[in-house]
Amino acid sequence: MNIQANVNNSAANAISDENILDVDSISLSFGGVKAIQDVSFNVKRGEIRAIIGPNGAGKTSMLNVINGFYHPQVGTITYNGNKRSAMKPYVAASQGIARTFQNVALFRGMSTLDNIMAGRTLKMNKNFFWQLWRSGPALQEEIEHRKYVEEIIDFLEIQTIRKEAVGRLPYGLQKRVELGRALAMQPDLLLLDEPMAGMNLEEKQDMSRFIISVNQEFGTTITLIEHDMGVVMDLSDRVVVLNYGKKIADGTPAEVKANQDVIDAYLGVSH
Amino acid sequence: MERMNAGGASAGLDTFPKLLLRNAQKWGSKAAIREKDLGIWQTWNWSQVLSEVEPYSRGLHALGLKKGEKVAIIGDNRPRLYWTFVAAQALGAIPVPLYQDAVADEMVFVLEHAEAKVAVVENQEQVDKVMSIADRLPMLEYIIYDDSRGLREYEHKNLFSFEMIQEKGRANSKLSRDNWVSLIDQGRGEDASVMLYTSGTTGKPKGVVLSNDNVRLSADAAVDFDSLDESDTILSYLPMAWVGDHVFSYAESYVAGICIACPENSDTMHHDLIEVGPSFFFAPPRIFETMLTNVTIRMEDASKLKQGMVKYFLDVAKRCGEGVMNRRNRGSNTGFWGSVQNFARSYARPFFFMTSFFALFVFGSIYSIASSDTSAGSIIQIFLTSLVAAFVVSIVVYWLLRNVFGADIQCHFTMDVLKYWVGDLLVYGPLKNTLGFSNVRVGYTAGEAVGPEIFSFYRSLGINLKQLYGQTEATVFVTVQPDGGVRADTVGVPAPGVDIKINDNGEVLFKSPGVFQEYYKNAKATAETKNKDGWVYTGDAGFFESDGQLKIIDRAKDVGKLNNGNLFAPKYIENKLKFFPNIKEVVTIGDGHDYATAMVNIDLQAVGNWAERNNVSYASYQELAGHPTVYEMIGEHVRDMNKQLAQEPNVAGGQIKRFLILHKELDADDGELTRTLKVRRPFVFDRYEPLIEALYDGSTEKFVSTEVTFEDGRSGEISATVQIVDSETFPIGQALKEAAE
Repeated sequence: MNIQANVNNSAANAISDENILDVDSISLSFGGVKAIQDVSFNVKRGEIRAIIGPNGAGKTSMLNVINGFYHPQVGTITYNGNKRSAMKPYVAASQGIARTFQNVALFRGMSTLDNIMAGRTLKMNKNFFWQLWRSGPALQEEIEHRKYVEEIIDFLEIQTIRKEAVGRLPYGLQKRVELGRALAMQPDLLLLDEPMAGMNLEEKQDMSRFIISVNQEFGTTITLIEHDMGVVMDLSDRVVVLNYGKKIADGTPAEVKANQDVIDAYLGVSH
Repeated sequence: MERMNAGGASAGLDTFPKLLLRNAQKWGSKAAIREKDLGIWQTWNWSQVLSEVEPYSRGLHALGLKKGEKVAIIGDNRPRLYWTFVAAQALGAIPVPLYQDAVADEMVFVLEHAEAKVAVVENQEQVDKVMSIADRLPMLEYIIYDDSRGLREYEHKNLFSFEMIQEKGRANSKLSRDNWVSLIDQGRGEDASVMLYTSGTTGKPKGVVLSNDNVRLSADAAVDFDSLDESDTILSYLPMAWVGDHVFSYAESYVAGICIACPENSDTMHHDLIEVGPSFFFAPPRIFETMLTNVTIRMEDASKLKQGMVKYFLDVAKRCGEGVMNRRNRGSNTGFWGSVQNFARSYARPFFFMTSFFALFVFGSIYSIASSDTSAGSIIQIFLTSLVAAFVVSIVVYWLLRNVFGADIQCHFTMDVLKYWVGDLLVYGPLKNTLGFSNVRVGYTAGEAVGPEIFSFYRSLGINLKQLYGQTEATVFVTVQPDGGVRADTVGVPAPGVDIKINDNGEVLFKSPGVFQEYYKNAKATAETKNKDGWVYTGDAGFFESDGQLKIIDRAKDVGKLNNGNLFAPKYIENKLKFFPNIKEVVTIGDGHDYATAMVNIDLQAVGNWAERNNVSYASYQELAGHPTVYEMIGEHVRDMNKQLAQEPNVAGGQIKRFLILHKELDADDGELTRTLKVRRPFVFDRYEPLIEALYDGSTEKFVSTEVTFEDGRSGEISATVQIVDSETFPIGQALKEAAE
């Protein structure tokens, strides 16, 4: 037999040395509650970076900081080489940061297609007059965007539910539509907040496959929060561990797994 | 039955590549194949198909593919995979389509047995599958894929994309375009055209070799039988490895120029059906059942007004819908005048009535108004009088025509037909539209028994759904139902060119131009199936009804004999019982016993609903199954079935004398059903042996305990005392009995 079954993985998952995101000594507090204390880490272009930690560790707050929804009192964030000042989430979005939410935040009454089209809004720039009449250049523009959206639909294998209202879809599919909407922005950095929460094994496998494909096919950098340790260890290139708002470990999955602080944080330790 | 003439739609061209060349010339700009890509239907016309196939075929030649070598095809229905058939056949190579959802290990046998040299697959999934077994396939040299997603980073040593092969083909100097055409000319009708593996429910799959003539003549006959032509469209969504798809989609398309449409993916079939609106449709009964269930569910969500309307008109359709269609189909006409005639034939009576009524009314009114002085009050009076007078006169004239002059007019039927016409506008039309059946001229179902309710539901809507009986070894057609001769319980009359006989033990034998060449590399099985005179044993038992229609009752090897010599056809009886919605599964026992008995599984959903309405409380499946009123209800079903059976002298001996309701559902996890949910008879017999004993020893109850496997893999035990009850049986109709003796 002379068919070779090996795959060149080298080109597929190219992680560069350049940092797409640099989080430096961030502290965030709400009144007396210190959600994040002096956390620093970086995300390299092209990698899958996981943020893990027990409940209330500050993971989602961290995503909200990166996303521009919260503004840290101390510390700096450097994204794509630019130090960031306080700004609105939509500025982050226009800079190429997209995200999904822990509890699905879709437009429930709208179809899958419309939801994903909504992800293209920032890329549509024909003036209001044309859009109002949905003709001329605006129509032309919509057709182009629709094509891109159809490619995403094809990619995520959700052709069946193209015209279905998302509120009626099972949870696993809603999560997939949300990923589609985030992808529609053609992001450089994709933030996924518990993409697999509440899914069964099969749905988790599907989702993992899509996350890897997004990373490989589009070269998108991904930062994700996840509780399923098996998934985190398999998917991610590097993991950062938070506990009570502090960073307790940072490294490859294997390193993190062996770290005593992490084990203590997860299993608890007698004081 | 009229035999097909030598020409047919294929005009004597004996291979598919030859037909492609003809089609490109004859129907150059007509749509040949469609595929939905990125949400938009893409179309290739015949000349575009030719210009895609030609470099592709020459590219395969450049890989070294020669006459007689095999090309495996694995994937969903895709244009490029359909083109692989003709591209390989042009070189004299033999395409071998495989079931795409088979796991890799199952594919090994077929790929190895067929000695496939090239595998043409749909996407990454299939590439991975074939690669994972590649080291077990010494003959396989190349893999070609259609969709390149995820495959860019693979090493392309013996792996090529479709485009790469076309590129090779254009650069292939050893086989110029002209040489390619002359290579096609060398193809012969008796050459092997395709190899289809039977799904192999029993033992290893067998490769059925069909010649060009087999496939072409069968397609010719079918196209002629249902008068299909280049204006027809078919949705190709059934596996390409199945002979039905090969004939309906591929062969008929090349022979008659039918356009085939490939759905977006296997789950979007229903959407695509609506968008394509095919004129020819084939589906196994299960698909029709699913569609009907969906309709029912959606109807329950609709407003009260709509629900009422649908209910009313569906009742009308039930009463007279099939009659309307049967009259329309009595010699179905095509073309403009044909459709006018069809319309007149279906609706002539109500129209005659309505027009005479209106003519009298209008004429009467005008005459009265003209001949009297007109004040506002009197006009209304005149109108009303004319209305009543016209109505009375119409009815009197009708009555006279019918009873005195003996015209073929039936008043009560007329009103129904009128209602049917209104129903068609308001309900059936829109319903057919949402099902995607608006344009269906001919629809077929086959494969297993179709529920008579379901069958006549679709027919009553005016969808010309028919049944056929066939198998791979016959290139599909053995029997088929002609327009106007359609029944739910038979499979039709012998198809054009097919001879049928039934041997002593009830097995059906046939002989036709579609009879397969051989089982590949299996002379023993070939000799067992096809005798020296060319008759093929179908393995199915059946008999002819008095109207010449064949009725299939069971697999011949499953048909047994009761101790008194009566025929016992388990599947036939089980299917009859399963048509009751309350019964989910049945196992009948009788071969080698004094009488027939049955073990019944109730349908939890249907019986649960019934229990709720009838105030029967229960805590579990087991409790519901053992409930006395449930026994009563099922007993009635068994009695009804026995009554039906008594009308059919051939099988009447198999009436169920005693039955029981099983305390647990037969389950694939416990090995009682196959994964395709068919009962594994020997296993069930073995497992429930004490119950079967009890069915024959006269006891009224029996304690059993059975081991079960739960969904999470743990196992436990269910035990219960199962009651056994007697059922009434009926004597075979007296007249019939005398005739039989």
